[in-house]
Amino acid sequence: MTGIQGRFRIRLGDFKLDVDFQLPGIGITALFGPSGAGKTAVLRCIAGLERAPGAYLEVNGERWHDDAAGLFLPTHRRALGYVFQEANLFPHLSVRRNLEYGWKRIPISDRQVAFDQATELLGVARLLDRSPARLSGGERQRVAIARALLTSPRLLLMDEPLAALDRGSKAEILPYLERMHEELSIPMLYVSHVPEEVARLADHMVLLEQGKVRAAGPLFDTINRLDLPLAHGDDAMTVIQAAVAGHDEQFRLTHLDFAGGRFFVARQPWPPGHPIRVRVHARDVSLTLRHQEHTSILNIFPVTIEELSEDNPSQLMVRVSAGGTPLLARVTRKSAAALGLRPGLTVYAQVKSVALME
Amino acid sequence: MTVDLAPVWLSLQLATATTVILLVLGTPLAWWLARSASWLTGPIAAVVALPLVLPPTVLGFYLLVALGPHGVIGGVTSSLGWGALAFTFPGLVIGSVIYSLPFVVRPIQDAFQAIGQGPLEAAATLRASRWDRFFSVTLPLSRRGYLTAATLGFAHTMGEFGVVLMIGGNIPGATRVLSIAIYDHVEALEYSQAHLLAGGMLLFSFMVLLGLHIINKRLERIGA
Repeated sequence: MTGIQGRFRIRLGDFKLDVDFQLPGIGITALFGPSGAGKTAVLRCIAGLERAPGAYLEVNGERWHDDAAGLFLPTHRRALGYVFQEANLFPHLSVRRNLEYGWKRIPISDRQVAFDQATELLGVARLLDRSPARLSGGERQRVAIARALLTSPRLLLMDEPLAALDRGSKAEILPYLERMHEELSIPMLYVSHVPEEVARLADHMVLLEQGKVRAAGPLFDTINRLDLPLAHGDDAMTVIQAAVAGHDEQFRLTHLDFAGGRFFVARQPWPPGHPIRVRVHARDVSLTLRHQEHTSILNIFPVTIEELSEDNPSQLMVRVSAGGTPLLARVTRKSAAALGLRPGLTVYAQVKSVALME
Repeated sequence: MTVDLAPVWLSLQLATATTVILLVLGTPLAWWLARSASWLTGPIAAVVALPLVLPPTVLGFYLLVALGPHGVIGGVTSSLGWGALAFTFPGLVIGSVIYSLPFVVRPIQDAFQAIGQGPLEAAATLRASRWDRFFSVTLPLSRRGYLTAATLGFAHTMGEFGVVLMIGGNIPGATRVLSIAIYDHVEALEYSQAHLLAGGMLLFSFMVLLGLHIINKRLERIGA
């Protein structure tokens, strides 16, 4: 049986965690929610750092915790990697010996990730002889990630690995995480309270609220559900999977095609066929009844209105479908009334700006 | 003028034996005090700290009673055929271990607490078992605590007087340690011998503390 099945009920001080989940055993799954939602608690239970009474946990066919059967594997006997918020490097060991710490402790036959592969993938090869005290925050976290990878984990747990870093270091690490996603087949659980990171990295997401699972599903279907808080407010967004279709050399544009249409963006270096995630903020999408000819906006597609929901007293969040691809648009109540927006109506979505997630 | 150096050697032996025993016994005790959530940590910590506040004669008096032929400890050793422990070298070691206990346990406990959960949890996720974590993470990160503990335990035992006098008396070669010998010389108005031993003790203590300071600075620089 592939996938991760878990059930944890535990009281930690005033906080109560009560979750029951089934996650895919591949790709990156984001555990998303406000602070205090229980994201870290779930990760700690999965790692065995916290022991929830009566719990059950199975990871890709291997049972790690089943209190009903009296089974509880201690943390050091679970084939997992854990990246903490603080890198938690061993200050008395050099970077090299930090990396070797876990690597030496697994049987040689279990070593799926080679030492040079991990140091190259995370760009830490030139730091090997340094002491952790002499690394920057971003370097320290990259070493911590490489150290976890070198135990060839069957599940990689990341607890807000970017939270303790400044903006520059965050931007420095994200491309490494994307490379890991592309080049390794290790399933990852990624805890975050930042929608940006989730939109950029995750394939699947779990929304946690007050110790409970509020929603779970593939990223593209979950991030725009109007019944969830994620699809409301200024940062509400959709993520669309697109691919390079071609380039317009005269105007220096790149065409990105997705199921419901085509985006025109500034010229990109990638060849046709290159997949790319496109993020569209709801606040950058407007709706018109007719196709506007006289506008500077290039990205206009026909869409069908699926659902409307109040965002705040003066604005509505509208979910539309562009040939099956969901998109969010935020409009004022006044405009919605003037245009007669209602489910089933076909209108045109004008997208003012998009962000490419790479 | 002749100075009998036997008391110096005896003190060194006593301090070495006491320090080794305290490091071995003090480690699990300090670990428990640093990590346990039990309500017993409060009372036990207070008992460990008692020698800091008790007059040595009070401690010595109870030890004398306990180590004597009818005491709790002495009774057991007597029935085993080893004889009572009062006025013997092993008795002195037991007394010194109790007397110097807080000087060794406290620095180790502080070092354990300063490490926190982070590095140990990281080690667990990197496949290190409980013992492995202790030897590969806890001990090396507690080096400075152990150094302080060993130095304080050793120096404190070298200088002890009250407890030794109470439970050991003044038997040459068995219980006549340095501090007692100095006292004897002063009693007998042999000031030059007293000067030699006391001055040596002063110099020794100073060197030990200076050495500790230098090594600590060095360990701090390499980040341990």
